[in-house]
Amino acid sequence: MTHISVKVDGTTYEDDVEPRLLLVHYLRDRLGLTGTPVGCDTSNCGACTVELDGAAVKSCTVLAVQADGSEVTTVQGLAHDGEWTGLQRAFHEQHALQCGFCTPGMIMAARDLLREHPHPTPDEVRQGLEGNLCRCTGYQNIVLAVLAASEQEVTA
Amino acid sequence: MTGTTEREVGRARPRKEDARLLTGQTNWTDNISVNGLLHLAILRSPMAHARIDRVDVSAALERPGVIAAFSGRDVAEEMGSLPCAWPVAEDTVVPDHPPIAVDEVRYAGDPVAVVVARDRYTAADALEAVEVDYTPLPAALDIETALAEGTALVHTDKGTNRSYVYRATSGDYEAAKAQADVVLTRRYHQQRLIPTAIEPRAVVVTPLAASGEFTLYSSTQVPHVLRVMLAVTTGIPENKIRVVAPDVGGGFGSKLQVYGEEVITLVLAKRLGRPLKWTESRSEAHVATHHGRGQVQDIEVAARSDGTLLGLRVSLTADMGAYLMLLSPGIPILGASMYPAIYKMGAYDFSCTGVFTNRTPIDAYRGAGRPEATFAIERIMDDLAAELGTDPLELRRHNWIRHEEFPYTTIAGLTYDSGNYEAATDKALALFDYDKLRAEQADRNHRGDTVRLGIGISTYTEMCGLAPSRWLGEMRYAAGGWEAANIRMLPTGKVEVVTGTSPHGQGHVTSWCQIAADALGVPFEDVEVMHGDTRLATHGMDTYGSRSLVIGGVAVHEAALKVVAKARRVAAHLLEANEADLEFADGVFSVKGSPEARKTIQEVAFETFASHDLPDGLEPSINAEHVLDPDTFSYPHGTHLCAVEVDTETGAVHIRSYVCVDDVGKVVNPPIVEGQLHGGIAQGISQALYEEAVYDEEGNLVTGTLADYLVPAAPDLPEFVTDRTETPATSNPLGVKGVGETGTIASTPAVVNAVVDALRPLGVKDMRMPCTPERVWQAVKEASA
Amino acid sequence: MIPPAFDYARPSSVDEAVRTLAGAGDEAKVLAGGQSLLPLMRLRLAYPELVVDVGRIPELRGVREDGDTLVIGAMTTHHDVIADPLVRRHAGLLAAATATVADPAVRHRGTLGGSLAHADPAADLPAVVLALDGELVAQGPGGRRTIPARGFFVDFLQSALAPDELLVEVRIPKADGWGFHYEKFHRVAQAYAIVGVAALVRRDNGQIAETRIGLTNMGATPLRASAAEHALSGAGDPDAVARAADSAAEGTRPARDTAASPEYRAHLARVLTKRAVLAAAGMG
Repeated sequence: MTHISVKVDGTTYEDDVEPRLLLVHYLRDRLGLTGTPVGCDTSNCGACTVELDGAAVKSCTVLAVQADGSEVTTVQGLAHDGEWTGLQRAFHEQHALQCGFCTPGMIMAARDLLREHPHPTPDEVRQGLEGNLCRCTGYQNIVLAVLAASEQEVTA
Repeated sequence: MTGTTEREVGRARPRKEDARLLTGQTNWTDNISVNGLLHLAILRSPMAHARIDRVDVSAALERPGVIAAFSGRDVAEEMGSLPCAWPVAEDTVVPDHPPIAVDEVRYAGDPVAVVVARDRYTAADALEAVEVDYTPLPAALDIETALAEGTALVHTDKGTNRSYVYRATSGDYEAAKAQADVVLTRRYHQQRLIPTAIEPRAVVVTPLAASGEFTLYSSTQVPHVLRVMLAVTTGIPENKIRVVAPDVGGGFGSKLQVYGEEVITLVLAKRLGRPLKWTESRSEAHVATHHGRGQVQDIEVAARSDGTLLGLRVSLTADMGAYLMLLSPGIPILGASMYPAIYKMGAYDFSCTGVFTNRTPIDAYRGAGRPEATFAIERIMDDLAAELGTDPLELRRHNWIRHEEFPYTTIAGLTYDSGNYEAATDKALALFDYDKLRAEQADRNHRGDTVRLGIGISTYTEMCGLAPSRWLGEMRYAAGGWEAANIRMLPTGKVEVVTGTSPHGQGHVTSWCQIAADALGVPFEDVEVMHGDTRLATHGMDTYGSRSLVIGGVAVHEAALKVVAKARRVAAHLLEANEADLEFADGVFSVKGSPEARKTIQEVAFETFASHDLPDGLEPSINAEHVLDPDTFSYPHGTHLCAVEVDTETGAVHIRSYVCVDDVGKVVNPPIVEGQLHGGIAQGISQALYEEAVYDEEGNLVTGTLADYLVPAAPDLPEFVTDRTETPATSNPLGVKGVGETGTIASTPAVVNAVVDALRPLGVKDMRMPCTPERVWQAVKEASA
Repeated sequence: MIPPAFDYARPSSVDEAVRTLAGAGDEAKVLAGGQSLLPLMRLRLAYPELVVDVGRIPELRGVREDGDTLVIGAMTTHHDVIADPLVRRHAGLLAAATATVADPAVRHRGTLGGSLAHADPAADLPAVVLALDGELVAQGPGGRRTIPARGFFVDFLQSALAPDELLVEVRIPKADGWGFHYEKFHRVAQAYAIVGVAALVRRDNGQIAETRIGLTNMGATPLRASAAEHALSGAGDPDAVARAADSAAEGTRPARDTAASPEYRAHLARVLTKRAVLAAAGMG
């Protein structure tokens, strides 16, 4: 067991964990933060994307011990006092989700994209989301939502 | 209802479903946790076909944290045999299908043993301690040789790899062929696909051991069908099983199933008296969740030299995989009526042979039989046009059912109620700029450009709304095709709609609210929709086959009309008027001629709740249920046009533009309809260009992870230009036709036709799917050799 | 799936990391960004007894200049390599090729050193560093040694690193004045390259004076297209480049897998070499 201290969505947690425990299983099984789902085992689908110290990572391909001392933001930590972020609103308004399983990862990846490219072209949005698979939407409305969010004066 | 307020049906309402999904407040099956929950892991066969000589779980049992471990033999009696509900022919060969293999494994991935442990990590480790001895057996691994002399038998006791032969004919094909100027014969291949819903499957069972009751949560499209089948399979009384489909992360047919893992988890939870969870990993899903497509299509068309179609013969060989799952035999048969598509002809001869191979079973995947049919007819129409030297669109126009000919009964015996192929096609051509692209294509061909342009056409129709129960009975399917809706008017005027459909991304909650709000004259915001729990939605037939709106949504409408009818009686009493003198509009009953005498439906609901002053004999409820069994199918149609650039040096195919105009009848929620189209088109394109389940010579799945099985990401797909025409269905009061599978059905042939169209001047006549760069390069090389 | 259990060490210096590795024999694995190792472990294709996490060693990160050479810490992430002004100025090929590796989230974790030490011939960066005539610096119990990229990639997934050696930095000669291009051919954005071609071209009087070409996925290791490099000398127009590129597959032994046959890979190597060189030479 290895002792870790991780701040997740604003709350600090201290735990003893097996070194092999994946960050996503730490979030889901230990902290009960099930908003971040697991969609694959090869880091292809991106459903588990969270922010680790401000950068999007695939939490199924990070060990919990690697997050020791770090800050994690999940989709559950985005809205404040019930107020959605611009991206969440844009996904809703543009019908950018259907089953919603890829949505947490898609939103976290889109935040990363907008940090790097605050005003992306449609192609840049598609490239920026290349690590996230969606099987429902054909991506079209996701691209529209990210573009819409980029035009709002909000911190996405 | 004739109101003045804006109708909900047709409005672009953002979805009610989204709030939880956008904030992570989800309820996927794997999220479910209860005290004492144990985790189940499954050891699977590494071989395509082998005799199981020994399974020893004792070492696994010795590991700390391991509660139980079983071989197939240990639990065979309790598990029963997994059901096949659709033996399409009287003499269909239906093999035994133990959820955990007992004597033989018949595909790589067949369950061999299970371990139950305190957590998922311990369970995964313990699997490695299970010892199994196998004697490898020869395997059948190819559709085309499955029935050949000398091919290994998947089920030795059955004596054949043939599961069934199904035949349907109409008219005299041989006579039609004798009159033909042109007879074109083609063999097309529908590769095996892995459906890849983004949520892997999961099952949780919480037993109430003392009372013998079980709640089973599953990532399923079909909680109601599942409950019936679990009861039949395990012998647990149906009224002791509650099935819940919580949030379900996509299905596309892959969760229209009664899976071994559902039976295993239920039976072991019962045996152990402990709550149990099984969650599939993605690489496990690739072998354990059923596959789709997998057909060899021999198709022959007979035509006159002017292009007039005379007849069509279709002979399929359909891969069932190693066992028959819930609907396996019926999937290709769902396409049987769709090969003649939108075209008029005098003779049709269809046959299908289902064969077993030592691979993951095949069952429904988005479109289920109809994409295969549409692909074959739309491909051969292009090939026929090339043979006759006519424009492929002109050939289609020459043969399709003209809009003034509806209703029209096709040679396959389906009566299409409505449609307008001319209108959809004209609109699509204008959006696509067809003539300009044809000119560019000619120019590139003339210059001998290394990058060729191709234009693909697909003028499809499909049968939606599965299905009239009588038809299902004739097709030897075990269940009916009705759907139920229940509407409760609460005392405070709020409305609860309980639907038997089981959505997993389709937006039923929002759409059903719109339908109910219109019929009841209540605000959209005042309606809630409940689904996916057999204790709550007691009556249902679930979600698949583009059935939900056409049957389930219309059932909501009909139930709402019943509520209004019941409320009318109460209102008439309260207003001291005759029912016949009441008008109902915008949720208000008023007396004709004296509009000040009025009661809102909410007031009626409260008065009914109080029931202080109802006449004798009047039931004190305005709640209503409607179970709708459709009389017929619905037939959306459309024209999809695809332009591709093919790099003849590398073989790379790039989709330059994609335009579609679909006629799905009346639209309840336009963004939801567009979203269904986008996703459907994406999946169809993906079959055309990217996806294929590949097995090696030993029968191991080579595309065993998402790193090998190529699912397109955002950069791999074009922007789709979508538009609509609207020819209402005449078979239901909402005029709706269904949209869930149209994109997938239409797009695959559009893309492959475009690729072949690009390469035809170079001598290429066909492209096998997926049209990989290497296949394209090879085809160009061979054609020029 | 679930990785198998392992012991875990998180040294805070290179010396400590090397000592830890030396004490563990063959059963230790270095965890850099984990973007290749963790999927392998989840699929239970790797069972290290000890995982040595070098993610908290500051000296392994960052880019600096050393005369005519760029020195990139092995644990510099792909993201940081792409964004680094020194890399962009002096080794644009590396920045451009790194931008095609996997996806943004993976590039936040994955590292240059990790990718090279993994020695996957299908990965993009080994061929790129080979084309750049890079050198890899390893530290072991006996101190540091420098291994030229040409000698680093020994076989499929096998580098010249000893089990007790840690890759600490990558030295890239500045390629100022060289045109460059990485031509990656893959079926979907997420897929590995079927073939990739990394080209560096130096022009003189409108002609190609010197070319260096690294090939991705054309054998068990990344390869240089030596015959094509030689043939390209003096090429002054696209036709000459195309003719010279015909020798791009000479001496390669590409694999057969679900993505492609050896023949197709050889063909792609020729076509993509032509394209990469034309782009790098500004002749495209």
